[in-house]
Amino acid sequence: MFYRPLFRFVPDGTKIRFMNGRFAGLIVSAVLSTASIALFFYPGLNLGLDFRGGVVLQVQTQLPADFPALRTALADAGLKDASLQAFGQGGNGVLISLESRDNAAATQTSIQEAQTALAKAAPGFKILSTQAIGASVSQQLFAQGLEALGLSFVMILAYIWFRFEWQFAVGAVATLVLDTTKTIGFMVLTRIPFDLVTIAAILTIIGYSTNDKVVVYDRVRENLRKYKSMPLRGLIDLSINETLNRTLGTSGTVFLAALPLALFGGHALSGFAWIMLFGIVVGTSSSIFIAAPILLFLGEHRLRRSAAPAKVSDK
Amino acid sequence: MLYFSRAKTFGIMLLCGLGILLSLPNLSARPSFWPGFLPWNQVHMGLDLRGGSYLLLQIDTSAIVKQDLNALVDQTRQTLRNAGLGYTGLHADLAGNQVVLHPLEGQGPQAMTALQKLITYTPGSSSPSVALSQAADGSIAIAIPQATQAARNSQAVDQAITIIQRRIDGSGVLNPSIQRQGKDQIVVQLPGISDPERVKTLIGTTAHMTFQMVDSTAAPGPVAPLGDEQLPMADNPQQTLDVYSNVAVDGASLENAQASTDPQSGQWVVNFSLNALGARQFADVTTANVGKLFAIVLDGKIIEAPVIREPITGGSGQISGNFTAQSATDLALLLRAGALPAPLNIVEEQSVGPELGADAIRAGALALGAGFVFVLAFMGTFYGLFGWFANIALVMNLFLMLAILSVMGATLTLPGMAGILLTLGMAVDANVLINERVREEVKNGRKPLAALEAGYKRAYGTIIDSNVTTLLAHVTLFIFGSPPVRGFAVTICAGIITTMFTATVLVRLLTGRWYISRRPASLPV
Repeated sequence: MFYRPLFRFVPDGTKIRFMNGRFAGLIVSAVLSTASIALFFYPGLNLGLDFRGGVVLQVQTQLPADFPALRTALADAGLKDASLQAFGQGGNGVLISLESRDNAAATQTSIQEAQTALAKAAPGFKILSTQAIGASVSQQLFAQGLEALGLSFVMILAYIWFRFEWQFAVGAVATLVLDTTKTIGFMVLTRIPFDLVTIAAILTIIGYSTNDKVVVYDRVRENLRKYKSMPLRGLIDLSINETLNRTLGTSGTVFLAALPLALFGGHALSGFAWIMLFGIVVGTSSSIFIAAPILLFLGEHRLRRSAAPAKVSDK
Repeated sequence: MLYFSRAKTFGIMLLCGLGILLSLPNLSARPSFWPGFLPWNQVHMGLDLRGGSYLLLQIDTSAIVKQDLNALVDQTRQTLRNAGLGYTGLHADLAGNQVVLHPLEGQGPQAMTALQKLITYTPGSSSPSVALSQAADGSIAIAIPQATQAARNSQAVDQAITIIQRRIDGSGVLNPSIQRQGKDQIVVQLPGISDPERVKTLIGTTAHMTFQMVDSTAAPGPVAPLGDEQLPMADNPQQTLDVYSNVAVDGASLENAQASTDPQSGQWVVNFSLNALGARQFADVTTANVGKLFAIVLDGKIIEAPVIREPITGGSGQISGNFTAQSATDLALLLRAGALPAPLNIVEEQSVGPELGADAIRAGALALGAGFVFVLAFMGTFYGLFGWFANIALVMNLFLMLAILSVMGATLTLPGMAGILLTLGMAVDANVLINERVREEVKNGRKPLAALEAGYKRAYGTIIDSNVTTLLAHVTLFIFGSPPVRGFAVTICAGIITTMFTATVLVRLLTGRWYISRRPASLPV
């Protein structure tokens, strides 16, 4: 069993006519992305602490946490904006979130007030972690985060533009935009907080999704040279089928690596991991159902003219 | 492509050996035979993993401006008085960062000349301390130039860093890191502390102490008479006392402060001693005011206001608020370390208790282990022998990543652990591409050797493309990201570099050695 492969995703010579589903693929994708954009405006992303500012205390109570009593105690201490959430197993973990205060001193006071209230309502409590981010810092982090996201996006686009004929570039870019919007929709629905760590996840997905497109596009290019007279539609189908094991293999390994992180990576990383898992699925399917059809629509003649005299490359 | 010269093979093995060696510091204690020329560097655990506090402090520059302008008002008054010139409407204009006054009719030019004395230059700076200008209506503005103010603020940050350093050292926290960030921010990292609240109080207290006489003639009421200020008592903010604004002795004259217990009452007190100047001032004030109340003020709050029973001429005294052992020790520490030049605000805080850090490491290690096993199992079953070659390279990759991160002295954060895991998942992608290509070449009827050669050669372009895109994205993320995300970007970038080596070169070497020793008639694909 260590010498020969034991299984394949699809047998050799698989001939699925993916391009028959080109309209279905694009329409489904367009609908999902539009819905995601709508979700982005209402109800909107759940901003993480990094970006909205405020305080999050991770508290462990000695006895199972009595939420109503904690709520009352916090409200009595003047923290009417406190929101509570359970975490971890055993019912002893409580996440207390407070909204952003006007200034740093008020933020620190609110932490002290929360501790006093907890001491009354849950004697013997332990503060596992304290995170406090002031309004000015959160704005700065938000701007920095978006800047990083935007710049990475531009860098990837520039590379694709430089590396491929423009038809491929348009396809890849459109797909990346569609992938990213869907990921944002997913984050709105699951209420995974949008923060610096999830920005890193989105970036990783964009990079990953691009890799997937590169694999398929490289093959299309190669086949354009190999089969000079094959209609583009059949040629794209052939290319996708030929690379199907590759696409599924590369996605499969990353999916397997990220899965344990989502399942038991702890509450700090599971959001990150779920976004990765979602992004891998979306990115893989978009290579087949979005990026390839766009190439088809951009036209056979133009593509052949630009691809045929292209410099000989060893892909 | 599959043939490696002896030298090349040796080089590859050497690199792998070095990788294992340099990652050892993370796995065991330093052995006695470790050669001195090799670094013994470990990956640092981020505060989110080992527990500790990260504080971002911002210095309140408006307080510095206010202080400086008030001092400038005093200087101006003094200068004009010495010159025998009159004026009206002398005041500090905070928004304009200047002091404004109206000289008496006809004395404008003399006032301007007298005030020239205020313009001084600090060595090494081309910007004057103040700039004089006279408006059309005759009023004179003494402005602090922007460059001077900026230098002043910068100096205040440096001063604050020194004082924080002294305070933290005195509190017994080990390995603190205190760094300046930008123009007016300070980053304080305190690994492994269990009580962040205490340290926050230690850092956040300005600790400006003054001794001021209580104005016993002031009529009780909500407004203090002219020349007085109304200050709250530290233990009971509702209760206030009117004290003279004029400071009798400033805390800057403190030379030493120690916490101890009072032998008579058994209560905790802070004993302090003053320098020569302070001792003289203290002696004068106490001699002149026997029987009166004397307020000890810390940051605008009165700690205590005892009666002066007899003149204190020795230059030392005792503060006895309602102290606990801890609060007395901390106050003594604050007084010894000196006052901050301006208040500091905690604008960001991340404190993680040691239990949570341990939990995070456990969860991360579990996820890392499970993900690793999943990927190994997948590659082994999906590609057989060539998959196992890739797996050997993957294990090597892990060592090399650890080695690079160790040598760089990088900090491993929770997102960084996720980055390692993702890199492992992505590292084998190159092998997936190569193996698929080899398989295709075999199906196209190539002989084993030709198929292997073609497989490696043709998959390279795609591998480079995909790694470059990922590298670009994460280099940007590293440059523009915040510390925890940087940890992620660093691991991914390190991972990409090691992957390019292990997944292509190392696997090619393994495959080549296997092919040359076996000469198989067909490939296991």
